[in-house]
Amino acid sequence: MKRARIVLIVLFIGLIVTPIIIRRISARHKQSAATQGMSAAMQRHGFYLEEVSHQAGIDFVHQGPTLDSQLAHIMPEVASMGASVSIVDFDRDGWPDIYVTDSKEGSRNRLYRNQHDGTFKDVAEAMGVADVNQQGTGVSMGTVWGDYDNDGYEDFFLIKWGRPELFHNDHGKGFTRVSDQAGLPAWINANTAVWFDYDGDGRLDLFVGGYYPENVDLWHLKNTKMMPESFEYAKNGGRKYLFHNLGGGRFEEVSAKVGISSRRWALAAGAADLRGTGHPDLFVANDYGVAELFLNDGKRFHDAGAQTGVGFAPKSGMNVAFGDILNQGRYSVYVSNISEEGVLIQGNNLWVPKEGTGGSDIKFENLARDMGVELGGWSFGAQFGDLNNDGTLDLFLTNGYVSLDKQRNYWYDFSKVAGGNSSIIGDAKDWPAMTGRSLSGYQQKHVWMNDGAGKFVDVAQAVGVTDTHDGRAVAFADLWNRGVLDVVVANQRGPLLVYKNNVNPENQWIEFALQGTKSNRSAIGAEVSLYWNGQEQKQEISGGSGFAAQNDRRLHFGLGKNPQIEKAVIRWPSGKVQTINSPAAGKLYTIEEPE
Amino acid sequence: MSPSAITTPAAPAKEPPQWKRWLNLDSRYVPPLFITLILLVGHLSFGILESYQRTMLAIATSIVAELVLGRVFYKKWPNLASAYISGISVGILLRSPAFWPYALCALITITSKYVLRVKGRHLWNPSNFGICVMLFLAADTVASLSIQWGNNLAAMLVIWALGSFIIARHRRFHITAVYVLSFAAFAFLRATILHDPWQAEISPITGPEYQLFIFFMITDPRTTVQSKVGQSLVAFCIAFVEFFLRLDQSIYAPLYALFMVGPAALLIEMWLNSRKAASMAAVTAS
Repeated sequence: MKRARIVLIVLFIGLIVTPIIIRRISARHKQSAATQGMSAAMQRHGFYLEEVSHQAGIDFVHQGPTLDSQLAHIMPEVASMGASVSIVDFDRDGWPDIYVTDSKEGSRNRLYRNQHDGTFKDVAEAMGVADVNQQGTGVSMGTVWGDYDNDGYEDFFLIKWGRPELFHNDHGKGFTRVSDQAGLPAWINANTAVWFDYDGDGRLDLFVGGYYPENVDLWHLKNTKMMPESFEYAKNGGRKYLFHNLGGGRFEEVSAKVGISSRRWALAAGAADLRGTGHPDLFVANDYGVAELFLNDGKRFHDAGAQTGVGFAPKSGMNVAFGDILNQGRYSVYVSNISEEGVLIQGNNLWVPKEGTGGSDIKFENLARDMGVELGGWSFGAQFGDLNNDGTLDLFLTNGYVSLDKQRNYWYDFSKVAGGNSSIIGDAKDWPAMTGRSLSGYQQKHVWMNDGAGKFVDVAQAVGVTDTHDGRAVAFADLWNRGVLDVVVANQRGPLLVYKNNVNPENQWIEFALQGTKSNRSAIGAEVSLYWNGQEQKQEISGGSGFAAQNDRRLHFGLGKNPQIEKAVIRWPSGKVQTINSPAAGKLYTIEEPE
Repeated sequence: MSPSAITTPAAPAKEPPQWKRWLNLDSRYVPPLFITLILLVGHLSFGILESYQRTMLAIATSIVAELVLGRVFYKKWPNLASAYISGISVGILLRSPAFWPYALCALITITSKYVLRVKGRHLWNPSNFGICVMLFLAADTVASLSIQWGNNLAAMLVIWALGSFIIARHRRFHITAVYVLSFAAFAFLRATILHDPWQAEISPITGPEYQLFIFFMITDPRTTVQSKVGQSLVAFCIAFVEFFLRLDQSIYAPLYALFMVGPAALLIEMWLNSRKAASMAAVTAS
């Protein structure tokens, strides 16, 4: 008995020290991944991201809004969004341009035109798209670009906490505000919108996801009961809109008619054909609750969040990005959430389609932990893209909520109220003052490199992503037509960062710029499946993805070394399928939809 | 809560009729049934569980550990109500996307009952001990349930009403009452000191973590002192220690307060009992 007791005590001590050992092993892994310098990173990981915003002529620092004085005590928390970035070739010169939002009342947004020489020039003022945050009209939260009138030039919808705006692109020479003709509502407090042609009529429709209710003017509050009623089960947010494009610059709001009815707090949305039906499905990541997946039958949407598995565990969804991460011709969905050591471990979600499921019975399982992309701090925007051109999609995640006083944090007070009764959490006046404290601030970003065998390894520190700003939006584009994906990151109350990508030249690439004819001209929703070296990767042109972001419409495929490309199969939104046999690596293919 | 894990044979008594036996459920099984009810209602209405699998892992690990350790150390099969409650508490209170913390926490929880003993009594509430160890040492992987239970008043009232009824039946309602009143008083005091809204200070007790804490942890018969006055004093002391922990912005203040006060109270009681026994022995001897 005595011996058994000794064995038990030893076992007990072993159990107690197990978490310490696991932590040490994990820290050692992280340390070994943090090599320094460009040449070491190029050699080891095949790429290095060099922050060049200043050299590129971009010295933009985002400013946050100042909302109603009744929210002054928690202003950094409630006014914590608005930094966004979208990539567009607005003047069709073949070089991607950058649009970024500012969010201070009276501030000006920027449209950085690509000068083709490594620099950008702000032309927002000249183009008439700078002064869009005027007092009384709310402030910008994001932008999504799409050619809604099929004239060949990308127009844009300005997402706001305030009066939403639609701008028509006048052949790259300027923009005209057409919000009134389009029939947009007077006020929406939104953080996400997506262009997509849900009914396949060849015209882009627009989904807009409300965050705060639309009857709340955040600058003139009637009362302070405008916070979520629950941290994870809130249904008192803004309504959702689906603007059906009628043609002629007019839209009809049809959300209720087509089955989209929700008052969850939407922060991010994306549309992609998740089931291979030819109809884009709509995925919405909600703060304070479960995600929603609306399956599209071409006419109506069916809420299938719970049934498919993505709408089961409530978290704080802040991102929707699609990627064929396993090179199997199927999209996984990355949704970011909150993880704060010792306080709240929600973990990000990587929804991978379950083997053997599809169609209306599609099921997803969360493989974020297994694949190593689960813990990302207070995560915001993320995008999939092949950063080192090795033939697999990597993942860039930015994060950090409120970086103020480094020594004092607000988590204790935050958790105290967040767990309380709805009448307490829902009223801003019940929230303790932040008094300059940080809330998940100064966080390290994550650049997860896909090893092609089902694991992602964080190499952010090694490849030059060392900033600790409060990241919001991430967008990818081959900014200088070099056959690599560069990264642009918008930070809340922080600088716009432009990461120029240096990639091992041995790794090859191919790019596709598509233009619809029967389909929408932006070709949003068009898919390219590339077959090379015995593998397949599928990518889709998106009308908005990540958080408050939009990648360049050009599709970029990394191919690895010595690629033998069999074919590229393009499925246009019209249903037309086009095959390009043996396309050459190292080339941009500009393809128009065949009549 | 941990009802006696090892049962001692009772003296034979006249059995009540079958129908009465059905209605008068063995009191040891009321807490497990209640906590199961909370779990099911919480999960079916709000989806509170990280996943069924993780909770089942915690329960299964607890039960297997209890069976093995009970058999090895007491040479008999233990009653499993205690292990079940420990497992389910771990399954509800612990939050982690990983599986291993659930198994590890359940193992630490059950093993602590067999290791951390003084004069035949285990000192810590088992699940409180296991969860605190995980929060101390595996903070990068786990958190405790604090917000994952809706913020719904109706659900809270149902649990409070049912919980109060059940612990009143076990004659332990005074513990919960003293703690709740003390917490409220200290909450107002904190609000005054910190100039924070009183609603913010009261807020935590309206959340789910406290519903398990006040009905299951602080009322645990195996890890509370014997006298009613002593129990009330301990409940007050827990709230008192929590008051200071909260001033220090400790997120898991109630769990840590019980972790500190519970064993201290038991040790003091043992010391007082031994002194009393010694003085009685001295009186008898004289």
